[in-house]
Amino acid sequence: MKGILRTREFWLAVIVVAMIAATNFRSPGFASPANLAGIFNDTAMLMILALGQMAVILTRSIDLSMASNLALTGMIVALINAAYPAIPVPVLMVIAALCGLLLGAFNGALVWLLGIPAIVVTLGTLTIFRGIIFLIAGGKWVNADAMSTGFVQYTRIEVLGLPLLTWYAIVIAAAFFVMMTRTSLGRAIYAVGINPTASVYAGIDVGRTTFLAFCISGMLAGFCGYLWVSRYVIGSVEVAKGYELTIVAACVIGGISIAGGVGTVAGALLGALFLGVINVALPVINISPFWQMAISGAAIILAVALNARGDKRGGRLILRQTETAS
Amino acid sequence: MTDVTPEARHIPDRLDSPLRAAILSWPALLLVVAVGLFVANSFLSPYFLSPWSLSDATFNFTEKAIIALAMALLIISGEIDLSVAAIIALASTMMGLALQFGVGTPGLVVIGILTGLFCGMFNGFLVTRLGLPSIVVTIGTMSFFRGISFIVLGDQAFKGYPPAFGFFGQGYVWWVVSFEFVLFLVCAVLFYVLLHRTNFGRHVFVIGNNPMAARFSGVRVERVKFILFCLTGLMSGIAAVLLTSRLASTRPSIALGWELEVVTMVVLGGVSILGGSGSIPGVVIAAFIMGLVTFGLGLLNVPGIVMSIFIGALLIFVIALPIVFRMIRERRA
Amino acid sequence: MTLPMSKPIITLSGITKTFPGVRALHKVALELYPGEVTALIGENGAGKSTLVKTMTGIYQPDEGEIAVNGEAVSLPSPHAAFQRGITAIHQETVLFDEMSVAENIFLGHAPKTRFKTVDWRAMRDKARELLGEIGAGHIAPDERLKDLSIANKHLVAVARALSVDADIVIMDEPTAALSFKEIQDLFDLIDLLKKNGKAILFISHKFDEIYRIADRYTVFRDGEMVGKGLISDTSQDEIVRLMVGRSVDQVFPKTQVAIGEEILKVSGYCHPTEFADIDFSLHKGEILGFYGLVGAGRSEVMQALFGITRPSKGAVRISGEVAIIRGPADAIEKGIVYVPEERGKQGVVTDLPIVQNISLPSLDRTSNRRGFLRLVEEFALAREYATRLDLRAASLSQHAGTLSGGNQQKVVIAKWLATQPRVIILDEPTKGIDIGSKAAVHAFMSELAAQGLAVIMISSELPEIMGMSDRIVVMREGRIATVLDNNDDLKAEVLVRAAAGITEKAA
Repeated sequence: MKGILRTREFWLAVIVVAMIAATNFRSPGFASPANLAGIFNDTAMLMILALGQMAVILTRSIDLSMASNLALTGMIVALINAAYPAIPVPVLMVIAALCGLLLGAFNGALVWLLGIPAIVVTLGTLTIFRGIIFLIAGGKWVNADAMSTGFVQYTRIEVLGLPLLTWYAIVIAAAFFVMMTRTSLGRAIYAVGINPTASVYAGIDVGRTTFLAFCISGMLAGFCGYLWVSRYVIGSVEVAKGYELTIVAACVIGGISIAGGVGTVAGALLGALFLGVINVALPVINISPFWQMAISGAAIILAVALNARGDKRGGRLILRQTETAS
Repeated sequence: MTDVTPEARHIPDRLDSPLRAAILSWPALLLVVAVGLFVANSFLSPYFLSPWSLSDATFNFTEKAIIALAMALLIISGEIDLSVAAIIALASTMMGLALQFGVGTPGLVVIGILTGLFCGMFNGFLVTRLGLPSIVVTIGTMSFFRGISFIVLGDQAFKGYPPAFGFFGQGYVWWVVSFEFVLFLVCAVLFYVLLHRTNFGRHVFVIGNNPMAARFSGVRVERVKFILFCLTGLMSGIAAVLLTSRLASTRPSIALGWELEVVTMVVLGGVSILGGSGSIPGVVIAAFIMGLVTFGLGLLNVPGIVMSIFIGALLIFVIALPIVFRMIRERRA
Repeated sequence: MTLPMSKPIITLSGITKTFPGVRALHKVALELYPGEVTALIGENGAGKSTLVKTMTGIYQPDEGEIAVNGEAVSLPSPHAAFQRGITAIHQETVLFDEMSVAENIFLGHAPKTRFKTVDWRAMRDKARELLGEIGAGHIAPDERLKDLSIANKHLVAVARALSVDADIVIMDEPTAALSFKEIQDLFDLIDLLKKNGKAILFISHKFDEIYRIADRYTVFRDGEMVGKGLISDTSQDEIVRLMVGRSVDQVFPKTQVAIGEEILKVSGYCHPTEFADIDFSLHKGEILGFYGLVGAGRSEVMQALFGITRPSKGAVRISGEVAIIRGPADAIEKGIVYVPEERGKQGVVTDLPIVQNISLPSLDRTSNRRGFLRLVEEFALAREYATRLDLRAASLSQHAGTLSGGNQQKVVIAKWLATQPRVIILDEPTKGIDIGSKAAVHAFMSELAAQGLAVIMISSELPEIMGMSDRIVVMREGRIATVLDNNDDLKAEVLVRAAAGITEKAA
């Protein structure tokens, strides 16, 4: 029990619940199950994206191209759907995931094989991917008229009272949890971030692990490409512009250390949820939504400051009596 | 040489001549690219070579380049500031607010620059005093600074800047030579001297290469980094004055996404994103290259978004190329 | 040399490994036998660690052959070495601070469930069992590694090495961070492993340990194999002779210098966790040795004195005046300089030219008053001190990282001499450098003392500390155990016992 009280995730959860409770105080009904489900649904994509970003950040890298990847894959599936409405939507989802995977693999390969810093690679692909959208769509938008009903419905259909979009997030989060805690790849991702040298000694290929983390983040971004276009019924160059930093923000608030190796699935989810709740709660309590950006900025700074406080060490333990006294 | 005893070995200053080193340097390669682009542009578009269109071409990169000068030093020291565009937004908003209270042109300029400086100090405080990683801190302050602009302005805009204020972003010093461009060149010289000709600049390089060894050699690492954050904030404030003057309006979305373009410019200029190496001439030439590409493609009616592909590809390409060459050479050896 | 008939389980022959500028191993050979402990002996920098990394798949040899059970093998990766049954406890802790003890033991070969996922419960159980077997039952498998003491971390490393069914166990200085009791436990464990037929490579330069545990020895010097045999057939002197290469009595160029007035006085110096009640004084022309086990707090005291960390209590007086040192810049200004042990990390800036390394703390003197660089003066200063130290470099613009360890050390010392200090602190000044450079550093230290500088030298090597010091401060667990005058009557055993905290010659 005492262990839980010391985790970041616990306190972040407390804060999220407190925010919901406070908002509910001002505006009864905010904490109703239906409304909460709505908030979760609104945050579903950010959660998925934050998980992908988390895998990359854990390996001491960063993927700034996720939002562009999302927009490009979203455009690709939207165009396919517009041209061949007969192709079943699940096939499109697979195509989206594979497209995203490919783009992620491109990032990962540059980082792995050429040793270019991840921030430079993804800064480049951030603009390249978005530029390609313009090329393949000829600068046009794909809007609701061009999309098939199924294409739009596959995020909205309710199963057991929750929309499919919510279910995607739940399933992906569960699978991701298993991957990070129970598989060799998941543990290798942590190991590489904690201590690359020790990872080599333990027989882990650091470069290959980083590459795979990029593949994961790319695949999830690609899948979200479909989700985004389906949910907002629009495919354009502007989709999710600037969102890459929101994803990083969710991770940072969730306690994932930018220095690598530290962070949990629960943290990433809660970080995303924190931003989602603020987004929804502000208008409800009559604060202009224009406050949202400054608040999430302040939250990031606070989160980093708190994370760093926990890590401070007071030198080596050499003296005997202090070891027993403390 | 007379004071060296005959039996002591003489160690030469350097083996390669400085000229040879300069010819093989990154800025030299960039210069070739820049000249190539210039020639290509002048063939592709008949309008390119007119003095006025060349002058116009400078406007689309000088403001970013002014920030890039300071950012180069910051990145060489091993840190980064992603909040520069947000600082522009906040500084511009503060100028707009002051305008509502009837502050005149000199006052506006001072407020814009001071806002930038304060933002830089805030970043510097968080990074050097609290010991936080700059990339995350400045992602936070990026939202925070621009967020304040959104709180103040919402979906409104400040307009009605005095005509005299327009000089900074629209005025010309002599014939086709704009104030912005002259300011950029002056700043470039100042930063060149600071980085390459002073003790401070030497400390910046040492810190970027090995902060621990720098500390163990008596370099005041935190103080140098704090000053660099202040400088970056200050230059962003100056860029805010120029941009606000040029657009004659302030919206919270002003300069959106510039941070990544500035970083691209710096990295393209040969500054290692890992810190420790880079040069001001490289950054200046990279700024011209980006300006030439944008303007040249613009004359050919290529949309801005397509140009961004080119810039992104250029960024990866110029960094990958030397690595690939080195790999091939090592494989042969 | 008579060797018994049992066959070696692993044979290395003709192994050569070179790094840019350094020949780490040259045609070395090594054999390990099942159920026997072979001691690998050599000075720092003799190539022992490189050999370990070659045997565990981290480095690839340029030439030579490794045969396991008579079959030639290649070890392209740590994993491959693992599969051949080779496991190692490395000198530096190569573990994962943020992970649990159990995962640290099993990372890379964790027990799996039938769904091919990590079986945490089995992992914890096995870890508990394994820790119990090596007498480390007090360590809980769920504890995070970073909450453990250094000795316990070491036990986790041992458990990790034994978590695979290995035939060959390499122990690279396994006792460096252990207490006397813990070392005895480790030896019991090694005896157990011997009985189970494991072949053990034991690396150490402590002779009492080698004679206690080893059956065979192999001696390396400067990257070459210079001797091998059965421990029972050899005298300690013989091994020392092989190690050092010349006579047993290594000649230290210590010149007798008249000790001048007191220049530095440290009193009541304390730090919350690192050291307490440090009192000592230092005089002009004196070389004050600091001896102790690794981790006794010697470097920590010196780093506080240099302004890197802040002591909680105590006073420093320089020439009688109280000195307040807030950072290295203050210390340098007051004439105290520090040559760190971690040369590559804290000493030289490897990617900058030699000239810039040497001039770094003296830039104020080589530049003009407004802080603008003057390259001519900078080069002149660097050349002056590089020449004094007989630095071997192609040019002053060569990057410091391309120099050999010994020459890098010369760059660091040159850097500090250029500031014209009054007190120079050298932390393990000859660690990992070749014998030639070693002698040069020693000679230079003597010369500095003769010129009236006050020198503090931290060293863990007995010959060095006894050969160079005027007085010796022995530290143990963050405190000063004793201060001894270094005269001909001083016995090495006195130092060793003071450092280890053994009062009588028991044990």
